[in-house]
Amino acid sequence: MPGKVVTITSGKGGVGKTTATANIGAALAAEGQRVVCIDADIGLRNLDVVLGLENRIVYDLVDVIEGRCRLRQAMIRDKRLPELYLIPAAQTRDKSAVSPSDMMRLCDELRQDHDWVLLDSPAGIERGFRNALAPANMVLVITNPEISAVRDADRIIGLVEAEEKGPARLILNRIKADMVKRGDMLSAEDVLELLAIELIGMVPDDENVVTSTNRGLPIVLDGKSRAGMAFRNIARRLAGESVPFLPMEEQGGFLGRLTRFIRPGGD
Amino acid sequence: MSSFLDRLFGRESKSAQTAKERMKLVLIHDRTDLSPAAMEALKDDLIAVISRYIEIDPAAVRIDMTQEGREQRLIADIPLSPVRRRRMGQT
Repeated sequence: MPGKVVTITSGKGGVGKTTATANIGAALAAEGQRVVCIDADIGLRNLDVVLGLENRIVYDLVDVIEGRCRLRQAMIRDKRLPELYLIPAAQTRDKSAVSPSDMMRLCDELRQDHDWVLLDSPAGIERGFRNALAPANMVLVITNPEISAVRDADRIIGLVEAEEKGPARLILNRIKADMVKRGDMLSAEDVLELLAIELIGMVPDDENVVTSTNRGLPIVLDGKSRAGMAFRNIARRLAGESVPFLPMEEQGGFLGRLTRFIRPGGD
Repeated sequence: MSSFLDRLFGRESKSAQTAKERMKLVLIHDRTDLSPAAMEALKDDLIAVISRYIEIDPAAVRIDMTQEGREQRLIADIPLSPVRRRRMGQT
């Protein structure tokens, strides 16, 4: 059975598309699934550094499309997760180097011997987004609980529907539980009511994402991180499993309170 | 300080609530591509057309956009002019 092409997109930049792509990909690969992550953000390559594979790039997406290398040569295999591959974006070209039909052809080939093809879409609603949307079997829209990100997510959801690629599912990223509790941040319920789409994951704001990204290690490989757990759960839901949603509060209990007492200001 | 007092006495709503209310309106207009000004023009046209057939009170006409899932619905509430109707009934 051919694999599924999943596009991760947001409209607004900086909400966590690349981090989500890297981590969902790593989580699926850790479960033994065969995964290819494609950085579709041509000219603004980043999935390579987030995955820690930047030093091994020889060929890129545009080289494959323009026939300068075979598909296999542009696929970088992750050392920690042997079932995880990356096809990096070209850094010195722009979106016009690739067309939606190029992406459809490429993804169709990759689907034949992989379970998942994850596409990290560029921000915006222009050519790069169209390239990333064209081959999608499923679309994940990621947003933050902030008005500009929610508004852009709504626009993207509408475009995904118009292209008959819907219904998109929502990842709500960087939720600050304490602010939600104070009534100073939109809650998951608020965002879902506004956007009226199905939720696939809620990811708490977690400093460990920054530190693990600094090191080029997917956060899902950190068994203790709550964001890592949230991304692992998204991967399982994507694969069709029914997984209950994590509460966004940090672990309470005596130990939790004690650690917070000992490390005030820590998470 | 005043905002602190406002909050203490519950006079100011929480910022998340404000954000949600603002977003509801913004999203409706984004999705329908209908600006508040265009909505007013639509209302005026609607009143003009209906008034050709039946007496209505233009000031009482309400037009709202509501949301059901991701579908938008235009709801018009047009009360008929009661005085005129009674008079017409007498003749």
